[in-house]
Amino acid sequence: MEELMEILEDMNPEVDYETSQNLVDDGILTSFELVVLVTQISDAFGVTIPPAWIVPENFNSAAAIMAMITRLEEGE
Amino acid sequence: MVKSVLDYLENTASLYGERWAYRDAKEAFTFGQVRSMARREGTFIAGLKAWNRPVAVFMEKSASMMIGFLGAVYGGCCYCPLDISMPKDRLSVILKTLDPAAVIYGRGQEEQIRNMDLSCPVFMFEELCLKEEDPGILEEIRRRRTDLDPLYILFTSGSTGVPKGVVVSHRVIINNMEWLEEEYGFGPEDVMGNQAPLYFDVSDHDVYCPLKFGCSTVIIPPELFTFPVRLMAFLNKERVTGIFWVPFALCTAANLRALEVETPKYLKYIFFAGEVMPLKQLNYWRRFVPDACYCNMYGPTETYVCTYFNVDREFEDDETLPIGRPCGNVDILVLDEKDRQILPGDQGEGELCVKGCALALGYYHDPERTGARFVQNPQNPHYPERIYRTGDLVSYNERGELVYHDRMDLQIKRLGYRIELGEIEAASAGIAGIRDRACVYDPSRQMILFFYTGKKLEKRELSAGLSAKLPKYMMPNRYIYLEEMPRNQNGKIDRKRLKEQYG
Repeated sequence: MEELMEILEDMNPEVDYETSQNLVDDGILTSFELVVLVTQISDAFGVTIPPAWIVPENFNSAAAIMAMITRLEEGE
Repeated sequence: MVKSVLDYLENTASLYGERWAYRDAKEAFTFGQVRSMARREGTFIAGLKAWNRPVAVFMEKSASMMIGFLGAVYGGCCYCPLDISMPKDRLSVILKTLDPAAVIYGRGQEEQIRNMDLSCPVFMFEELCLKEEDPGILEEIRRRRTDLDPLYILFTSGSTGVPKGVVVSHRVIINNMEWLEEEYGFGPEDVMGNQAPLYFDVSDHDVYCPLKFGCSTVIIPPELFTFPVRLMAFLNKERVTGIFWVPFALCTAANLRALEVETPKYLKYIFFAGEVMPLKQLNYWRRFVPDACYCNMYGPTETYVCTYFNVDREFEDDETLPIGRPCGNVDILVLDEKDRQILPGDQGEGELCVKGCALALGYYHDPERTGARFVQNPQNPHYPERIYRTGDLVSYNERGELVYHDRMDLQIKRLGYRIELGEIEAASAGIAGIRDRACVYDPSRQMILFFYTGKKLEKRELSAGLSAKLPKYMMPNRYIYLEEMPRNQNGKIDRKRLKEQYG
């Protein structure tokens, strides 16, 4: 989780990722950030996010992103 | 005789008055409606008696905003699209340079407009479209028009911190439309899918192709670009046949592998411009949409699209896509550091300089910076001939095609946006505690690194200080505190070393 927080904070240090629940709907996570995020997640965690998983529900909060990474790590 | 982009609209509206011209998620307008609304707005604007002066258009990206532009032109003015999400400080710097005859805002921007402290009159677009049309006044303006009158002013990042307003004439767009007709021949059946913001010249095709060719443009909801599988579904649903996007938008779809989930079925023209298109991602697109015409278009706002390369052969992922050759009625010069011409077949890099009908008129209210870039052709001592020095280093490949290499200065392209690193450095001047600062771009990670000395500050403090002055796309990703700034022998900040150590 710490690693993910670091990646998120590099993108925009002004956002409180601990509490934000609407990163996509509030326009914090746009395509700018998403591509960087997806690349950095695969570098840092060694997982590949399938295209069909790249939907707002998986990116609206740090917890949702982490849950997705965990699902991928478990090879779901 | 075509003297103005409005001549295209008048002609197309008489042929295809009932067909859709511009659409977005909320509204759609036929050519007849576009013409009528723009003429009503234009009649009102004409009353300001502000011939060739700018009217700022402060609206949410929409089909209406495009009509707002055309209304200003009917009224004898040029338009300047403003980014409604831009920080207030930067907006006021731009408005100070622009000194507009009026600001047109959309329903929904009332509060922002009230807080803007403007010295010119402001009008709501939706109200102007209900005014009476006066054909006599509009005809008078049309008669007076020449194609060298300004059509729009777009602001682009300036290295001193003050953005530059590029003044583009009708001729530039007319020339490009005539060239497009010859080269690609769009028709009324085509549908353009708009990606680029309307304050960015890549969107000009989306605004003007309908007027010229009778095709329609649909504004793609920006949030779809974050989730490209949905974007591809949208292209199919709307039967989009042509796109002119920044490479970043195409790359997102490729990097997130959206095309294997949903493949675009109707795309015939895939154009891109604004930054270098990486071949790995282009090759991905070509695998899934093999029959489309792919074109790499090149040109800073000051020359609109001035060279192009139709992708006519296979490229390896690690090759560089050429920027090709000049468009019709445009010519280029490649000049070495002593202003000697480099010709096809020659080795070596030089600065790409542009002449002909693609040249902007200059920078608004800025003779100094205009004179530095729009200069006499050094190869021609015989009569006045203006060229624009792009600051882009290029060479010719063995096929005689132009290839882009690098910038001669600190300008970067990030996510399709043109950014002067100097503007970011200048914006940090107001943050207390910083002694020296330097920005460096790391293209492989698409990150802007901000180095500073003085007092060590919290990331949040730095970020808050800059976000009050800079648009989001200019914000640094990393803030790095240094005891001392590395300097070269001349005492200048050694950016190369910064890049090597931290990039």
